[in-house]
Amino acid sequence: MKIQEIGDHAPASDGRERRWMIAAVSLAVALVLPYLDMLFGLNLGLKLIPIGIFIILALGLNVVVGFAGLLDLGYAAFFAIGAYTAAFLTSPSSVLLQALGAKPIDFWPAMLLSTLVAALFGVVLGAPTLRLRGDYLAIVTLGFGEIVPLVIRNTPQWTRGVQGMNPIGTPSLGVYKFGFDFQAWYYLIIAVIIVSVVLTARLRDSRIGRAWAAIREDEVAAASMGVNPVSTKLFAFAMGASFSGFAGSIWAGYLQFIDPGQFDFSISVFVIVMIILGGMGNIYGVIAGGIILGGFDRILSGSVTDVLRGVGNLVGLEALQQADVSRARSLILGLALVILMLVRPEGLFPSARRRAELHAAEESAEEADQQRSTLYETQR
Amino acid sequence: MLGTFATLTVLTLFGAREGAPTPWLGLVVALIVGMVFCGVLNVLAERLAYRRLRNAPRLAPLISAIGVSFIYINIGLFWRGPAPVLYPDILPRFDFLAGIVGPQSLIRFGVRDLFVVGLAVPLMLGLAWVIKNTTMGKAMRAVAQDREMAVQLGIDVDRIISFTFLLGGMLAGAAALMYGLYNNNTNFVLGFTAGLKAFTAAVLGGVGNVTGAALGGFLLGVLGSLTVTYVGAGWENVGVFGILVLVLVFRPTGLLGEETPEGK
Repeated sequence: MKIQEIGDHAPASDGRERRWMIAAVSLAVALVLPYLDMLFGLNLGLKLIPIGIFIILALGLNVVVGFAGLLDLGYAAFFAIGAYTAAFLTSPSSVLLQALGAKPIDFWPAMLLSTLVAALFGVVLGAPTLRLRGDYLAIVTLGFGEIVPLVIRNTPQWTRGVQGMNPIGTPSLGVYKFGFDFQAWYYLIIAVIIVSVVLTARLRDSRIGRAWAAIREDEVAAASMGVNPVSTKLFAFAMGASFSGFAGSIWAGYLQFIDPGQFDFSISVFVIVMIILGGMGNIYGVIAGGIILGGFDRILSGSVTDVLRGVGNLVGLEALQQADVSRARSLILGLALVILMLVRPEGLFPSARRRAELHAAEESAEEADQQRSTLYETQR
Repeated sequence: MLGTFATLTVLTLFGAREGAPTPWLGLVVALIVGMVFCGVLNVLAERLAYRRLRNAPRLAPLISAIGVSFIYINIGLFWRGPAPVLYPDILPRFDFLAGIVGPQSLIRFGVRDLFVVGLAVPLMLGLAWVIKNTTMGKAMRAVAQDREMAVQLGIDVDRIISFTFLLGGMLAGAAALMYGLYNNNTNFVLGFTAGLKAFTAAVLGGVGNVTGAALGGFLLGVLGSLTVTYVGAGWENVGVFGILVLVLVFRPTGLLGEETPEGK
């Protein structure tokens, strides 16, 4: 019981009830969203799928960044590995299958395998780099995130390089084939998100989740209490990577076409911003961050452009008439990052523990400032 | 990247075109403008985006820096558009070795090579001198070693850090001019890879070690060229980042070493 109270739970029971309410309501909204979309002719349809996939990515990266406190800037690399594994196994154009003389396998086992392969790469990358701390780890993962798309680009004999791979196998349930059916994909992604939420929540509250929190807060103390930092961190890396593995296979199956350009650094940053915006470590916060950012990127930026142009036409300002918000995408991402770090580093919906950590840091900084000023006064 | 755009703008003002005679005065002005521009920009970024995070958890300034680099990229995109930008080839084409080894020589050493070496070496020596001998340089090293202690000894840490960012930005501005004149093109996402390579060079040589950084940069350049020749044109960055990973894993203090707080 004691341990539970220390964990990220809200200790009071009505807090938990409220949380269930929010989860139930948002789930209901998510389930009827395609029908609302049809009813009101919002035309959201196809834009929801990428947002959903990005939410899965954010949930996975949250394990690495939020729970274990390892800043991974090369997450898109695992996403690419997942997508390409699925393509290798299910695409008729795959060199691997041709070499083995095998037929493309079904989507579901391919999804499982790409999860495993991505997790394996997580361990392979993690093993040598986890001795490094903080910013150095971030730079190494960044380098890895650059290397993977480059290797894919440079080995057209296996990956078809910049031409990309196509087509890719799609899932089927019994006799029903997914194909390009939007609703089938949508509900598949909702189901995967639910599974991911349950999985990460259970992980967070498990023994390993508490070990992650301990490592994140003080590695030396955790190690001396008997937590093995290497295997704990490796497991976080492998877990995070496996999420992007199955997200990658869904992405590949849905888009039917993948090329190395889809997995560049901006994807990693996009997912990181989702997590930071929502609140590192808080599962619901991460989902909220994903919806806000994905919604802005895919849906709102178009409408904002229209509004700006409309205003420009009214006022007769040429700059506004030609405004295009989607061109300012990285400006907005960058500004969001900087402003968030300055104003609210814990994100919009922080986990209770994160908030406490960050504010403790602030308080001690203030104290240090006070001490400093008194020191100066004595000198004078 | 912004440095290449800024120097390019100055050079264009001085009438630099493909095939036109070299505007030497323009080069000097472009160098100064580029250095000042990048230096001031860097100081501003520090003031706005990093200073308040100095006592925050270590990841906060890193994330903020990524944000700043995205803002820069977008400014570059607005400034010159998404297509690669031509940087005029204005240095005289003259090969110093042609007279010695003959015109069929595989080794070339032209004015542009001399220009890069002739500018980079004095800048490196100057930097080493500033860090080693001036009061500012000494204060800088003190801040790097132990900020609390430096404060106690009456060093104005904010000023020193601003100065450091100014120096760093100025060197980047000079490098931008060299890059532009040497490669004759630039684009809005140039800085990302350049920044990573610079970081790799610094880590390879040993963080906080000017000689090490120079050695690291030199080795990295040679390795990159060798990768291009013996493995393939697309593999250069794979080699570079591979080195970065290997160095950080096996020798986090770099080749020449210098104790870094997070080295291990």
